[in-house]
Amino acid sequence: MNAILTLAGKELKDGLRNRWIISIFLLLGSLALLLLLVSSAPGGTVKVSSLNVGVVNLTSLTVYLLPLIALMLSFDALIGEFERGTMLLLLTYPLARWQIVMGKFVGHLLILMIALVLGYGGAALISLLITDGGSEGWENYLLMMTSSLMLGAVFLVVGYLVSILARERSAAIGLAIGVWLFFVVLYDLALLGALLVDKEQLISQELFSFLMLINPTDLYRVFNMSSITGSGEISHIVGAIGTESLSPIVLISTCLGWLLIPFMVVIGLFQRREV
Amino acid sequence: MVDSSLITVTNVVKRYRSETVLKGIDLNIGAGECVVLVGHNGAGKTTLMKLILGLIKPTEGAISVLGFDPSKDRARLLRKGLGYLPERVAFYESMTGLEVLRFYARLKSEPIAGCDEILESVGLFDAKERPVQTYSKGMKQRLGLAQALLGDPQFLLLDEPTSGLDPVVRRQVYDLINRKCAEGKTAIISSHSLNEVESQADHVVIMNEGEVIVSGSMESLYEQSGLPTIITLSVQEENKDRVLEQINGLTSSISVKDSKIEISCSQKDKMTVLQAVMSLDNGVDDIQISAPKLDDIYLHFIPNKVVASEREEETRA
Repeated sequence: MNAILTLAGKELKDGLRNRWIISIFLLLGSLALLLLLVSSAPGGTVKVSSLNVGVVNLTSLTVYLLPLIALMLSFDALIGEFERGTMLLLLTYPLARWQIVMGKFVGHLLILMIALVLGYGGAALISLLITDGGSEGWENYLLMMTSSLMLGAVFLVVGYLVSILARERSAAIGLAIGVWLFFVVLYDLALLGALLVDKEQLISQELFSFLMLINPTDLYRVFNMSSITGSGEISHIVGAIGTESLSPIVLISTCLGWLLIPFMVVIGLFQRREV
Repeated sequence: MVDSSLITVTNVVKRYRSETVLKGIDLNIGAGECVVLVGHNGAGKTTLMKLILGLIKPTEGAISVLGFDPSKDRARLLRKGLGYLPERVAFYESMTGLEVLRFYARLKSEPIAGCDEILESVGLFDAKERPVQTYSKGMKQRLGLAQALLGDPQFLLLDEPTSGLDPVVRRQVYDLINRKCAEGKTAIISSHSLNEVESQADHVVIMNEGEVIVSGSMESLYEQSGLPTIITLSVQEENKDRVLEQINGLTSSISVKDSKIEISCSQKDKMTVLQAVMSLDNGVDDIQISAPKLDDIYLHFIPNKVVASEREEETRA
């Protein structure tokens, strides 16, 4: 435990020193504030809480930004240490290899958490103070923040997988961007394309739900949309999937699967790696 | 039978794709021994060290450190009593020297209060608050040595500990290493500065192209090499002929240079020759005995082409 905390503390300090935390905080915070202020503007006759609208808008923003931020934090974690030669020394200390990955994960997750809490939390507080949008929907906002952290955690672990698979740092950057493009942009486009050409309706609703839920970014979207009361008025995505497939067990197990399976693969590959 | 070896290397082969880096190494290192690995670049010294550390696994053969396979996770606690200095040591550049040392102390569960003292012992105390990226190569090397000394480990593995250091610091580092060896620590040191480590070497291993060419104590290597000891007598001109006459027949190899008589004799005959010289009634002003150094022994055992290519490398450097 001591080793994990030491490594996590070092990552956190690095995050402060190289301005990662402040940059992510400023980026997320300013965009969140902007979106919340826009969301609080009077919008026709349908009365929806500005925080709920904010959740929808912020979800769309987070799903693009946070995976990219998490991948940028983690792609270098292992390959960078191998390339710079610091891993050699680290591995001669009395700690197991899984502890090295876990220590980095805890540190990076703390960086994301601090930036998210300060950025999104701060934006919500400021927005509440300067507008009359009311605090209705704050539970959904909190759930959105928590699920954003989970989304970040998943992409941190995916980033470690990129970091252990790549043979050099430059390749890891390319791979990380490729992973981001695939999960955030291409996957949904491919799914939509498949639906459009599927005249004979080979893709059943169950299969479509399954295909959407195995992508962590879609899982995140669906989770946040479904959490909002009166989601039908805001988004049709949930309707398309069907709420029965959104049981908390499915959501949590899919999320845990996305955390645990890549983590185990990273550890397995790391154990075999010679320095 | 109880095995008293701390480290046992049995017929270890290490291959990287088609290249065989180690070709069947056998080695036993006892607790408290100071072992010096000698060999040119690419001889396999660093690979052998990495195998002992468990950083890589042998393709064939077995390695045991205190009865454990060092590459297994459960052997990791052994590393608490180990200090390693890699050949090209690298640190987190944005951290200060003190932060780096405290980081490694925490990983070893050692009190961070001792860090200042260790930095002092390697001469980095004044630079401890500076980021490592501002350190010279020699300073980084000393910081590397400092982290290897954390927790006063019983077992030191030092890969070229003085590379890149100026002669004064080099001497200080070897004094420190010699002190650790004298305290009874087990140490494996690979080095190019052979003569600086030979005084503490209990065991010398000469490697070439992935094989152990010869291994043993300095005395046994000296004997095996058959290199002569040179006994130089300083004599006054008028006594030269008389002294020469008296020592004639002791050994066939006697040469005269100005007022010096050089007697070249084997290790076996050394005492006989010395006794004879001491019994000369007069005429000898001074006696100097020069035994072969580790450098000479190394050059004797290493094939000529390796020596030539090494010299070429040095000239280029």
